[in-house]
Amino acid sequence: MNADTVILILVATITAGVPLIFAALGELVVEKSGVLNLGVEGMMIVGAISGFMVAAESGQLWLGVLAGAGAGMLMALIFAFITLTLMANQVATGLALTIFGIGLSAYMGQAYSSVALEGIKSLHIPLLSDLPVLGQLLFSYDPLVYLALLLFPLLVWFLYHSRGGLVLRAIGESPTSAHALGYSVIRIRYQAVLFGGAMAGIGGAYLSLAYTPLWAEGMTAGRGWIALALVVFATWRPGRVLLGAFLFGGVTIAQFHVQGLGVDIPSQFLSMLPYLATIAVLVLISRNAKTIRLNAPASLGQAFHREVH
Amino acid sequence: MTAPRLELRGISKYYPSVIANEAINLTVMPGEIHALLGENGAGKSTLMKAVYGVVKPDKGEILWNGEPVNIHSPAQARKLGIGMVFQHFSLFDTLSVTQNIALAMDAKQNMKALAQQIEEVSESYGLPLNPHRLVHDLSVGERQRVEIVRCLLQNPQLLIMDEPTSVLTPQAVRKLFETLRRLSDEGCSILYISHKLEEIRELCHKATVLRMGRVSGEADPRRETAKSLAEMMVGRELPVCEHAPARTDGAERLVVKQLSRVSEDPFGTDLHDINLSLRAGEIFGIAGVSGNGQQELLYALSGEKPSPHANDILIKGQSVGRLNPAQRRKLGLRFVPEERLGRGAVPAMSLAYNALLTGHEDGMSNTGFISHKRMRDFSRHCIERFSVKCSGDHAEAKSLSGGNVQKYIVGRELLLKPDVLIIAQPTWGVDVGAASFIRQTLVNLRKDHVAILVVSEELDELFEICDRIAVIHHGKLSPPMNARSTTLEDIGILMGGGSLVEQTEDTDHAI
Amino acid sequence: MLFKLQPRPQPSQRMVWLSPLLAIALMLLVGMVIFTLLGQSPLKAFHAFFIEPINDMYGLGELLIKASPLALIALGLSVGFRANVWNIGAEGQLTIGAIAAGGVALWFYESESIWVLPLMLMAGALGGMLWAAIPALLRTRFHTSEILVSLMLVYVAQLLLSWLVHGPWRDPDGFGFPQSRQFTESALLPVMLEGTRTHAGIWLTLIALVMVFVFMRWSVVAFQMRVAGLAPRAADYAGFNAKRTIWIGLLTGGAAAGIAGMNEIAGPIGQLSMPLSPGYGFAAIIVAFVGRLHPIGILLASLLMALLYLGGESAQMQLALPAAVSGVFQGLLLFFLLATDVLIHFRLTPTWRSKA
Repeated sequence: MNADTVILILVATITAGVPLIFAALGELVVEKSGVLNLGVEGMMIVGAISGFMVAAESGQLWLGVLAGAGAGMLMALIFAFITLTLMANQVATGLALTIFGIGLSAYMGQAYSSVALEGIKSLHIPLLSDLPVLGQLLFSYDPLVYLALLLFPLLVWFLYHSRGGLVLRAIGESPTSAHALGYSVIRIRYQAVLFGGAMAGIGGAYLSLAYTPLWAEGMTAGRGWIALALVVFATWRPGRVLLGAFLFGGVTIAQFHVQGLGVDIPSQFLSMLPYLATIAVLVLISRNAKTIRLNAPASLGQAFHREVH
Repeated sequence: MTAPRLELRGISKYYPSVIANEAINLTVMPGEIHALLGENGAGKSTLMKAVYGVVKPDKGEILWNGEPVNIHSPAQARKLGIGMVFQHFSLFDTLSVTQNIALAMDAKQNMKALAQQIEEVSESYGLPLNPHRLVHDLSVGERQRVEIVRCLLQNPQLLIMDEPTSVLTPQAVRKLFETLRRLSDEGCSILYISHKLEEIRELCHKATVLRMGRVSGEADPRRETAKSLAEMMVGRELPVCEHAPARTDGAERLVVKQLSRVSEDPFGTDLHDINLSLRAGEIFGIAGVSGNGQQELLYALSGEKPSPHANDILIKGQSVGRLNPAQRRKLGLRFVPEERLGRGAVPAMSLAYNALLTGHEDGMSNTGFISHKRMRDFSRHCIERFSVKCSGDHAEAKSLSGGNVQKYIVGRELLLKPDVLIIAQPTWGVDVGAASFIRQTLVNLRKDHVAILVVSEELDELFEICDRIAVIHHGKLSPPMNARSTTLEDIGILMGGGSLVEQTEDTDHAI
Repeated sequence: MLFKLQPRPQPSQRMVWLSPLLAIALMLLVGMVIFTLLGQSPLKAFHAFFIEPINDMYGLGELLIKASPLALIALGLSVGFRANVWNIGAEGQLTIGAIAAGGVALWFYESESIWVLPLMLMAGALGGMLWAAIPALLRTRFHTSEILVSLMLVYVAQLLLSWLVHGPWRDPDGFGFPQSRQFTESALLPVMLEGTRTHAGIWLTLIALVMVFVFMRWSVVAFQMRVAGLAPRAADYAGFNAKRTIWIGLLTGGAAAGIAGMNEIAGPIGQLSMPLSPGYGFAAIIVAFVGRLHPIGILLASLLMALLYLGGESAQMQLALPAAVSGVFQGLLLFFLLATDVLIHFRLTPTWRSKA
């Protein structure tokens, strides 16, 4: 393996991690508010097809990204209405959202499975992109990669240094106390869930518009679920989400390169790696119940109703 | 003449199946400490939530300094100058003191300046607080300080305190009263909700008594006796608990030896070297400020969190440390936990199925199959024997009032014939009638040679029914003291972590 | 807001059964609107979707063939769901069950023994249980979320099947298609109804139905599991074994899904191939909920869901609509059910009246 290959692998790792960063950081905000939305996979895949459709019809890739975000938000709105306004079980509703999203995307995408799209191009930054090694490693990506990396510090600032973030965390910690102090628990949770939907939608659109610019049924291939696992793995801390996303990007990329190295393992076994790795990290992190209890938002997954409390 | 600080005129609030408040009138003058008295469910909390803007009354008028106001949110209440200290604190465990307080301020705060302000205010009122600590590291008393300081920072004209002393030692209560009197001298009115009559007589200038959602009387508590106030609250004369002579010669039923446990809960209390011996026919009380290891001790005794050591708990001479609750039940241990709905009973199941919860080994099932008939017979018998008010054995546990759920759970455990009964907060949230019924039932059980362990935060109750009392503090249990020869003062010192110079332990009870 | 939700003092028993009917009605209504928007006559579409597929014996047989695995898996899952054990990986357990049973069938290829089918059944059940045992073990030993683990294992199972039918078990005379050899007579379930493909697997589902019904109504263990689901702390207080609840909850679902997988390959499919099921493992989650986690309800819900599958196929042929439309209907049905369930515990009151 020469230096060029290593750089190629690193670059591919970053891009493979990007859809996970969007989806997992979005879900992180949702869970910080005390809501567990298991429908990430559904929102991602609807974001993927919506983005692809709009981009294919309009020829505007950026319009596609916006459409992905919008579609994710619409999906999230369904979830929010059923769980927050109607107080239904969050686990069941999240599952329903995923099943619905997979069906809906297959239905929407029927006519688009053979459409080709150019895909979002990487940004050429004068001088920087032409640097040897560093140019390729740091400055050879498409704008969405930079957006994902920008999202991270913004989110850290919001969660830990802004009043809005303080209120969000307080609501996830104890919605009854927050309500008693006069905060609108439901309204803030709605906002968090919609943000999560938009992020999952962009993550999906990244897959169909940049990562592999095409539409294929079931193309998210469990990334929404991996994003959910990442939030647990990260013990609800944004920095670790970022780390975890690149780790999984690496595992995903590794399978292609192991084969390239001439190791004789059937491709199916290599494709199992991301899923097995997810299970492995979940086991590692949840082994210690105290860590989870200390870091998980205390009200995660529980319905909240004003009159009852 | 100055206008009243707060005046309520004809406040009514209806819920689908209950009238929470009906035509309530109440007047609080500036600087007045006004007691709001009533049993559980009398409507005190609903009324205060209406004043604080959490609940919207269906009828009536609120006047603030003589002006009619419409309080639609806590933020607006705070803007008017109303502060509230909640009984179940509205704090956030994983946030710092400063962050907790900032959340109750309406504008964005400079955290550094706020921290400094907190330190100043808390010092000047004798409520020292470190603004940078996380709330889950604070003791219950300190948490209450956070709530009070949070209100004080906004210069309130009216402070609502909901059952503030239930979590404090007698000594801490005295300090709190000093603070409240000082506030009152500065012109701040205080609405003081409590069911502790002696405290009200000591502190308050005026009292309004609620019963079943209506005002049942007004009084100057300084001129009333605790008995007369209680009768206003309950509406009839109170039965007095009848005592049988204490027994000290019963066989040892429950023995705890050097029990130490590290709490699994990151916010919990570790237990250190707990020793205890409980005899047949006696009532042994454990006093303490909540959060000092009571929960952990009860989990260890019940078997919900079994110990790695078999020998640190013995029931009738058998080592049970590693046994689970079902196995301990077979040896005659019965337990009534403090949380009735969700732990002692399944809220969404019928009373009949709730009998099965701990009674399925006692004739209500056969080779793993449920006998629905025997289950329902048992349940009906329990409802009748303990006069549980409900629509029948099919009623869901959560549809009952707190007192009736408790009567059903206590009844269930008693009908299943315990040798050792452990009961936590036996009358917490229970109306006065049911409470005295439960206390009398416990006292009567001594005649049947049942060994009874009562864990309670209500000192009056412990003194009323117990033969011996020990105090738990920071996970350590004091030696037991004879309840007849111990004073409230002594127990209070132990609850606050102090030690008694002269031990009052009876020699014949030495462990 | 025109309406507001007010808690009912007692949950409404009537609504427990009315809410699924309401959900079905809403699903049909929205379905009609969608068809109209797609430029179809709603009546024609309704006919093509819900009447056409079952207006003859063969169609009814197909309905049973699809309802049977759905009901079987949902019955198994309902045992766990009642205890808040969220096995959502039934699709993977079905796949492993089919692989195990298929392995037996291929091992005894051209054998005429009557023991091949019982062996396949055992292998299917054990395969499904093995796959479900992984999340059970990880949950009980390491507190790992069974939701995520069981779901991840779906992908692993499908990749395993893909490897087998592309590699070692590929039919040597199959022109390179990813499928195994056709099973021989002794490894196929007999047809029950003349003129249909309805196979003996139906009986297995009915037996499971009776077993689950008896278990839920009379056994102390099922009661204990229900307590664990409704109030976990009450289960601890009573000393019920929490690990046993998780194991039984997951293994029952795994066994049922494994047997369903065996039924598919020994019944309508007759070989191992890709894909094995049109998402029965996921649809069964919806069946379990719409059926109120009650055996009889599950039976009815499975027939409805089977009809949605058939309707999708029929709509594809008659109206040139993509078959994926059934997935949309399935999702809508569950959404509406979850939404209408609010009426069990709450009452809708018009706000203009409560202001009085």
